[in-house]
Amino acid sequence: MDAIWLQTLLLADSTVRLATPLVFCALAGLLSERAGVVNIALEGKMLGGAFAAAAAAAVTGSAWIGLLAACTFACALALLHGFATITHRGEQVVSGVAINIVVAGLGPTLADAWFGQAGRIPLPGSDARFAPIELPGAGGAPAIPVLGPLYAEVVSGHNLLVYLAVAAVPTVAWILAKTRFGLRLRAVGESPEAVDTAGIGVEALRYAALLSAGLLCGLAGAYLSIAQNAGFIRDMTAGKGFLALAALIFGKWRPVPAVLACLLFAFADAAQVRLQGTPLPFVGTVPTQAIQALPYLLTLLLLAGFVGRAVAPRALGRPYVKDR
Amino acid sequence: MAAPAIELRGISKRFGPVVANDRVDLVVEAGTIHGIVGENGAGKSTLMNILYGYHRADAGAIRIDGVPTRIARPIDAIRAGIGMVHQHFMLVATFTVLENLLLGAEGGPLLAAGAARLRAELARIGREHGLDVDPDARVGDLPVGLQQRVEILKALCRGARVLILDEPTGVLTPQEADELFRILAALRAQGRTVLLVTHKLREIMAVTDRVSVMRGGRMVAHRRTAETSREELAELMVGRKIQLRPDKRPVRPGRPVLTVRDLEVADDRGVRRVKGVSFEVRAGEIVGIAGVAGNGQSELLEAIAGIRSADRGEILIAGRPVRGASNARPRGVGHVPEDRLRMGLVGHLPASENAILGYHRRRDYVAHGLLRRGRIVDTCAGWLERYDIRPRAPLMPALAFSGGNQQKLVVARELEHDPELILAGQPTRGVDIGAIEFIHGRLLAMRDAGKAVLLVSVELDEILALSDRVLVMFDGRIVGELAAEEADERRIGLLMAGIAAEAA
Amino acid sequence: MGCASRLPAWVELALLPALNLAIAALIAGLVVVLIGEDPLEAVGLLVYGAFGYGEAIGYTLFYTTNFLFTGLAVALAFHAGHFNIGGEGQAYLGGLGATLVALHWGQLPSPISIPLAVAGAALFGGAWAFVPGWLYARRGSHVVITTIMMNFVAAALMTYLVVNVLIKPGQQIPETDIFAPTVWVPPLAPLSASLGLDLGRAPVNHSLFLALVCCLAFWAFVWRSRFGYELRVVGKSEAAAIYAGIAPGRVTIVAMTLSGALAGLLAVNEILGSQHRLVLGFTGGYGFVGIAVALMGRNHPVGIVLAALLFGALYQGGSELAFDMPEISRDMVVVIQGLVILFAGALEHLFRAPLENLVSRLQVAR
Repeated sequence: MDAIWLQTLLLADSTVRLATPLVFCALAGLLSERAGVVNIALEGKMLGGAFAAAAAAAVTGSAWIGLLAACTFACALALLHGFATITHRGEQVVSGVAINIVVAGLGPTLADAWFGQAGRIPLPGSDARFAPIELPGAGGAPAIPVLGPLYAEVVSGHNLLVYLAVAAVPTVAWILAKTRFGLRLRAVGESPEAVDTAGIGVEALRYAALLSAGLLCGLAGAYLSIAQNAGFIRDMTAGKGFLALAALIFGKWRPVPAVLACLLFAFADAAQVRLQGTPLPFVGTVPTQAIQALPYLLTLLLLAGFVGRAVAPRALGRPYVKDR
Repeated sequence: MAAPAIELRGISKRFGPVVANDRVDLVVEAGTIHGIVGENGAGKSTLMNILYGYHRADAGAIRIDGVPTRIARPIDAIRAGIGMVHQHFMLVATFTVLENLLLGAEGGPLLAAGAARLRAELARIGREHGLDVDPDARVGDLPVGLQQRVEILKALCRGARVLILDEPTGVLTPQEADELFRILAALRAQGRTVLLVTHKLREIMAVTDRVSVMRGGRMVAHRRTAETSREELAELMVGRKIQLRPDKRPVRPGRPVLTVRDLEVADDRGVRRVKGVSFEVRAGEIVGIAGVAGNGQSELLEAIAGIRSADRGEILIAGRPVRGASNARPRGVGHVPEDRLRMGLVGHLPASENAILGYHRRRDYVAHGLLRRGRIVDTCAGWLERYDIRPRAPLMPALAFSGGNQQKLVVARELEHDPELILAGQPTRGVDIGAIEFIHGRLLAMRDAGKAVLLVSVELDEILALSDRVLVMFDGRIVGELAAEEADERRIGLLMAGIAAEAA
Repeated sequence: MGCASRLPAWVELALLPALNLAIAALIAGLVVVLIGEDPLEAVGLLVYGAFGYGEAIGYTLFYTTNFLFTGLAVALAFHAGHFNIGGEGQAYLGGLGATLVALHWGQLPSPISIPLAVAGAALFGGAWAFVPGWLYARRGSHVVITTIMMNFVAAALMTYLVVNVLIKPGQQIPETDIFAPTVWVPPLAPLSASLGLDLGRAPVNHSLFLALVCCLAFWAFVWRSRFGYELRVVGKSEAAAIYAGIAPGRVTIVAMTLSGALAGLLAVNEILGSQHRLVLGFTGGYGFVGIAVALMGRNHPVGIVLAALLFGALYQGGSELAFDMPEISRDMVVVIQGLVILFAGALEHLFRAPLENLVSRLQVAR
């Protein structure tokens, strides 16, 4: 009994770890897409954040400076995205693809040139990473039956960025629902002309949304390179940005369902690692690749309307052009 | 005398090569309802959008209550006490009424306090003006009349002393329009100023105190409403004497070409818009369908054209049913669609490729699966000549032609493929007077040549000018039929409002 | 994409792409400077590495062939109004189609086995793109998102098949057995040697001709055929298509399927022409380069040929450059590719708007 409980807890623990970058990115996608800007560039912005975090942390030896660098660089990419899609009304998907590809090439190029490590940046010391945080009482908690191990294994012992992700969920949901910025952001994704004629600048608002999204992507990237792992490697996001996008759509562009979808996808990923080769009851051995493909298949099914209907923000993907 | 509420001097505005406003002057006295009339494309909306800061003028000055004011963005106008109800409503359909009112008037970084204050304000305005609306209703679910009311409330909640309404009655029934005019009069009584932009002279005569006339981007006349007439205004709008009714030969209807029986059609959202409609159109007659926009005419027309499938009933062309648009054209159905830029033309393709849209499967244009380009371009060039479509550039993208020329291209295509039945939806919407006369002439010529014509228009004048018989649609049903000689504005208007034929 | 051009053709088709390319090159040059190398020297090495000797040219043309297929694939979907980001997955599946034919009927005489394998590649690539096409047409799902999802599904599926099913028996490396030589698309080297050009061991093969034929067919299909006309109408305005009695759903499905088939043909060059077996990840991002090629080539075959050649040269020259200047890695080419998409696609208005203003001012002045 205890062994199964412990296994479950370990599974939950790794789900949380794997879900963290997805949650940051899904929330980032939420902010920009609810404001009407398709954000296919989550992947690139997160990768850029991971690169900048590792580079800065490797040079300065400070995780905090790494974090700052990640957010700054991701925001710079967001500004570029905005410059193309908002200021110049460029095609949003194309500019997202461009950012993804530029960053995918730029990271390894610069890593090579600056650190001479064939596309990698290793971190020198432990100060350059965010260490796990032992919450108060976690040491003695396992003595308490059932809930004790839960507290010690799943709740405690994560790094700062994990807790930040947990905090980000209600924060973003609250901002969207209860604040002026949130109201305007939701409005500009549905009807930019209504926002414009209400005396609010559409461009500034969309830039603000993209920048907040950039900030969250930076956090996701920093988590990958200076918290979860120790350093930057080529293509380390490995499609997590797209997975987050899938979660966002699966959550129908709403914060809580999107985060639940992130947890579901992360759980599938965590289970897949643990289940490799182990036969499951009823279905037998499931190929890892089937579980890897599961989130994408689920999203396809959702998009096809076989599991509910996802209605995108009305102005999503449309640059704002005043009509005559 | 007090300074005028609005004073515009020398306003000019260009969009690319198009001059929308050319040194326009306008003075609006406080506490009046001031009408602005002009044809489509005369520059009325542009002028109002400049006053509201939605567009920026290239030149000119604005004074509000005598004070020179710079209006570069809508927020400047809102601060100067100007509110505007746009022709296309500027509302967030997924928001509640209250959220729409809050937008831009939140009163702080958090919403709660502002929402409470607005709710109280809304109740007060509702009591004072009789402008009731449920603050928690989703705007997208409200009928257009109420949506317009939300727009007006938006302006009032922001403390507008000047209210601009751009073509506000296009989507309203005559009753709803009357209700709107009552509200406008009440606002005037409180000392507010109203600017009413319209191309409907009837409305100008009914509610305004003064009227300014625009033509071709210029302001051509100012009048006191009491001292002018519809005829004078019409002449000022067009710049010459116009014949509101073209000469018609007596009608000689032949065999039925189109028979519609018990037709039911739903719109894209699945709402039933045509509810059991039956009628006939015979060879050699023009049947006009009158009605306020949105009463099922569009769906009816699209169903007959085969674009929209019917849920029930029969559509027979020369006695045989049609299946789909690709089937209707070979059977001799020409269709001038209501929205030429959305449907009738592909703006980015050249005029020549637009000239075969829908007829592109004909052997004249295709051989062995390949387009016969030379023939297509020649055909198009011939129409440009005969329909006087300028410039004579068959390879120019359709988008680059003016509205009137675009419409003439659509009309040419649909009339030149030898149709037996012509479906004409708003055939003269948004085109200049010259093109209107031309298109009306062509439609009458088709009728005289023994073709059947079904005309759908929200312009009563057009219906009256062309139709041999008038059917009035209201709420998806045909609520009355009038012969040309018994049709007049009052009778049709009552039917359009859904007031039973007996009462008329 | 964008509005109807008000620019003269030479500006639209030559000056504008040249400007876009110039600024992308300028920024790439800055990155080279940032790394601490001389950009002009780098350009010199790159050009030499791409065109300096026979084998280099052979490799350049080999990559060009890949980009022709994926560029045409993206462009065809563009004309139908869709952004097919799924070229990567469609090409991957094309490899499966080619492989299945090659493994089963590879021993048949070349005139039979090769066309069969080519058809297999097109069929499987097309089938993989049929799904997003069908989902859009019948269920309204956005093609951009579905093609992305299909890429990931393709990657998982192919890994599974190669590792667990198709792997050469008794081997650890995830790849299939070598195909029978009868199904190999013959290399160009003998032909070019007879013309006096020694292509060395470059893998460029007769797929290049297939790609050029596809370019020609693309042009005739899109601009001269009735179906191409319907496809362009649907791409510009679905409402107008419905009005004209064209079924947008059917056209979208066909267009996406053809687009996927073109992407699938990448496998002809890579698998049948060069690798002669199915290996994991043989698509190597070529599907994404197709986006850059199509944007840069303004979705026209002539432009696509030029853009594919440019990227072919970048790929080949880039590898040589990385060899000669160790500070610069091959990833630099990816940066340039991204910059081209940025400036030729996302920021196309950057130069277009000022140029249009200039042109209209000149016209007014006249």
